[in-house]
Amino acid sequence: MIALRLGLGLVTLFVISLLIFGAVELLPGDIAQEILGQAATPETVAAFRRELGLDQPAYIRYFVWLGDVLQGDFGNSLANGRPITDLIATRLGNTLFLALYAAVIAVPLALTLGILAALFRNSLYDRAVNIFTLTSISFPEFFVAYILIFLLSQTGWFPSIANVSPEMAFSERIHRTFLPALTLTLVVTAHMMRMTRAAIINLLASPYIEMAKLKGASPTAIILRHALPNALAPIINVIALNLAYLITGVVVVEVVFVYPGLGQLMVDSVSKRDITVVQAAALIFACAYVLLNLAADVLSTLSNPRLVHSR
Amino acid sequence: MNTQAVGKALRTAPPTAWFGMIVILAYIAVAFLAPVIAPYGEREVVGQQYLPWSAEHILGTDKLGRDMFTRLIYGARNTVGIAFLTTLLAFLLGSILGLLAATTGGKLDQLLSRAVDVIMAIPALILALLLLTIVGTSITNMILVIALIDSTRVFRLARAVAMNIVVMDYIEAARLRGEGMRHLILREILPNAAAPLVAEFGLRFCFVFLSISALSFLGLGIQPPTADWGSMVRENATLITFGEITPLLPAGAIALLTVGVNFVVDWMLHRASGLKE
Repeated sequence: MIALRLGLGLVTLFVISLLIFGAVELLPGDIAQEILGQAATPETVAAFRRELGLDQPAYIRYFVWLGDVLQGDFGNSLANGRPITDLIATRLGNTLFLALYAAVIAVPLALTLGILAALFRNSLYDRAVNIFTLTSISFPEFFVAYILIFLLSQTGWFPSIANVSPEMAFSERIHRTFLPALTLTLVVTAHMMRMTRAAIINLLASPYIEMAKLKGASPTAIILRHALPNALAPIINVIALNLAYLITGVVVVEVVFVYPGLGQLMVDSVSKRDITVVQAAALIFACAYVLLNLAADVLSTLSNPRLVHSR
Repeated sequence: MNTQAVGKALRTAPPTAWFGMIVILAYIAVAFLAPVIAPYGEREVVGQQYLPWSAEHILGTDKLGRDMFTRLIYGARNTVGIAFLTTLLAFLLGSILGLLAATTGGKLDQLLSRAVDVIMAIPALILALLLLTIVGTSITNMILVIALIDSTRVFRLARAVAMNIVVMDYIEAARLRGEGMRHLILREILPNAAAPLVAEFGLRFCFVFLSISALSFLGLGIQPPTADWGSMVRENATLITFGEITPLLPAGAIALLTVGVNFVVDWMLHRASGLKE
């Protein structure tokens, strides 16, 4: 069961790498010609094509590219010729730091709020939370970000530009990236808590919950001890889905806060049409997304003994 | 549904749904009446840059001295119009292919479904950025790219809904009558798949609208001088750090419309699922 899912995940990763490589092949015109400009003689272009390996057939170039990528070599940037690995090394770390920071706040917060909403369902608190979450799902990330800047950065407590550097102390880094992390938290919390609430409430009609009620278990015990363990699978799924969503959200938020992450690099490279950098960034983001979804499937299978010990 | 049923549904609609419907109608009205309401021209430079709010310029001016209020109103036409067009395109493509895949089955279904699986395995914004790098950034390209990406989500739903319909007896009867594919899809399946697809249209519109705003905000979608809410936020963002609320208004306009549409869709789904509190 799990082995099958892992195998399927590998196939997905392979197909995605094929798609991302193939998309670049569709680029109209010749990369070599584009870099050298119109003035280049046909001989120079041909020599440059040989240097880039463009005279080889596509499938050979694909495997060479894949082999390099697996060893951490993404090739060179088209815009400035620097190795892409150097460009993204610290940026990838920064992006992961920000996403992790947001997740550490958002996941416990969403679970607590969701469980409380299930406990006090149909109360004023539940309804207020429902409207609040529906509203915050509808907000573009940059709106949330700018509202936070508007409200919080004028007080001077938190900087509105999250410029971090590698030699910065951990506490300083936490302080500087607080606003972007809070923005991402607000964006993902709503969905997670809504699903937590729904997953628990779905179970409350089951006979075994009725039984627990009849034997006199308190509402808190019913939710925490009886409903929650069975609701874990959908909850794990929605958490992973939202962490995967953080990957996309991080792009816009990084641009708002001028945070030196992978997302900002990708946006800059799109406008410069620096296709090799975009290719590398897209591959990294897509892999993270696929792996998170894979982890969600495996974990939710593990949380259900009936699936682990299937006949 | 006849007029009476519509009337009853509207009378029993919760306040949130009413709020949503009023918001949507207001946006449509503003989009159509933009040249009448707006005091200045869309691209007209009417004064100095970053003028404060005054009687002449209700919301002040932007960084090039264009009237903010005017551009906000034209934004309703441009941003919402482009988002609507994109959603429509995504819907046509996704639902036609989805219904076709479900009705035909076999190799075509397999081929389309696996292709959609692959596209959906990549985050939408990331794929959009990759495709935009390849084809270059322009309004037409953005519409096509987002329509393509979002049509995969529509395809999934349309196919799933149609799969439950094609096994019905009346479809079998129509097949035996010798009806063509066109008749089967348009006259037999589509009318019965319409309700979930309409609700999906609302949700899809929100996603498309937010994607377009995000791309425009990143400077890769609708470009100035066309008035657009996403790029307006970007252009005037520096004002926010000085405590000015004006650059937040276009972002607020985006949020308000998505909230409105979500409220209406929520109510429609609630009604369709037969849940009564």
